[in-house]
Amino acid sequence: MEDLLEILSDLHPDVDFEACDTLIDDKILDSFDIVSLIAEINDTFEVAISAEDIVPENFNSAEAIWELIERLMED
Amino acid sequence: MQNHVLDYLDVTVKRVPDKIAFANETDALTFQEVHDQNRAVASFLAKQGLYKEPVVVFMNKHPKAITAFFGVIHSGNFYVPIDEEMPRVRIDLILDNLKPRAIICDEKTIEIAKEFRFDGKLYLYDELIQAQIEDGLLAGIRAKAIDTDLIYVVFTSGSTGIPKGVAACHRSVIDYIEQLSETLGFNENTVFGNQTPLYFDACLKELYPTLKFGATTYLIPKGLFMFPIKLVEFLNEHKINTICWVVSALTMISAFGAFKKAVPEYLHTIAFGSEVFPIKQFRIWKEVLPNASFTNLYGPTEGTGMCCFYKVDREFELDEVIPIGRPFKNTEIILLNEKDERAADGEAGEICIRGTSLTMGYYNNPEKTREVFVQNPLNHAYPELIYRTGDIGRYNERGELIFVSRKDYQIKHMGHRIELGEIEVNVNMLEGVKLSGCIYDKDKGKIVLYYAGDIETGELTRLLKEKLPRYMIPNYVERLDTMPLTPNGKINRVFLSEKYKKERE
Repeated sequence: MEDLLEILSDLHPDVDFEACDTLIDDKILDSFDIVSLIAEINDTFEVAISAEDIVPENFNSAEAIWELIERLMED
Repeated sequence: MQNHVLDYLDVTVKRVPDKIAFANETDALTFQEVHDQNRAVASFLAKQGLYKEPVVVFMNKHPKAITAFFGVIHSGNFYVPIDEEMPRVRIDLILDNLKPRAIICDEKTIEIAKEFRFDGKLYLYDELIQAQIEDGLLAGIRAKAIDTDLIYVVFTSGSTGIPKGVAACHRSVIDYIEQLSETLGFNENTVFGNQTPLYFDACLKELYPTLKFGATTYLIPKGLFMFPIKLVEFLNEHKINTICWVVSALTMISAFGAFKKAVPEYLHTIAFGSEVFPIKQFRIWKEVLPNASFTNLYGPTEGTGMCCFYKVDREFELDEVIPIGRPFKNTEIILLNEKDERAADGEAGEICIRGTSLTMGYYNNPEKTREVFVQNPLNHAYPELIYRTGDIGRYNERGELIFVSRKDYQIKHMGHRIELGEIEVNVNMLEGVKLSGCIYDKDKGKIVLYYAGDIETGELTRLLKEKLPRYMIPNYVERLDTMPLTPNGKINRVFLSEKYKKERE
């Protein structure tokens, strides 16, 4: 989780990612953020986020993203 | 001879009045509605005594915003699109440059516009379209129109921190639309899926061919460009067959394997540009759509939309770059070497544009205009302007034009043209910042900012978001104790680039 929060705050140092759960709904992350975020996550956690995982529900909060990563790491 | 862009609409509305011209996910306007609403808007503006003036259109991306553009043109004025996504400081700079007397808003944006540094009038689009259509008045304005009259001003990044307004006229837009349509084979069955924002010239590709052919344009919601499968589903739902997107929007679909779940069923014409298309991703597209045509487009806003094209007609190796090809008909590309002579075969030179496609220059900015809209150095006999793009190109052994690099610190980031200097100027203006230097990590597509000062990185980014558009916000920010300088006292960008690279090995 720490690693993920670091990736996120590199992207937007001004956002409190531990508290925010409307990253998509409030347009805090845009499409270009998502693209670089996914690339970083795939690299760091050695997972492969696929197209069907890329839905708003999985990216609205750091926690949701973390759950997605954990699920992928188990597979 | 056609001398007005709305001549396209006059013909088309008689032919297909009830066909959908512009739509988004919920709303649509037919050609008849576009015709009626734009004339109402134009009648209203004309009766206010506005003529040959900038009229700002500050509306959400919507078919009505497009119709507002046409209304402004119809009234003999020129439109300037601005957008909610633009930070306030940038909008204020644009308004300072234009000194407009009117801004057209929608219900949502009018509240924001009330805060602008602006003395003119704010109008609601939905009220303007209630105005009586004055056909006589509009016909009089039309009769006086000349094809070198302005139709829009759009703003691009400027290295001094002040955005530059590129002003285009009927003639260069008509030239562009005719050449682009012929090259890409648009017709009345074309269904466009628009990706680019309305506040740049990139959307010309969809807006005016739609009028010319009686085609249809769907404005794709921006949020869909985060979710590849939903995006492909949108294309299929609306039977979209033609797209002109930035490369990063295309690779977003291919890189995440969306094609395994959903394939665009109707897509047959794909144009892309503004960035290098990684061949690995390009191959995925080509494999999924083997019968579609793929065209690389290249061109600066100052040359009205795009000026060169390359239809992909062969296989490319992974380390190859897709050429930018050759100029559209009626445009010449001159490669000038450092002596301002035509570059020899295979020699690199600055890409310069000659022809009708040149825009008129930067609005209210003769100095900046004179720097790049210059007398053709190869012509000593009579006045003839060329536009110096600042891009370096060369011809390959097949005679195709290849983009090599930039002359200065301008970059292309996610399809947007950005002066790194503009970011630095804005960072340096923040309280607590002593000096800053910006570099670009091309491989990862990241804007990297180093600075010295007392301010925290989070606070710096927050403040910067008030000044710069989202796409200009650095993707990586680091504070240094002191900034490295060159012997001349300039920020040492080479040192910063090496530092950045070394730390990531």
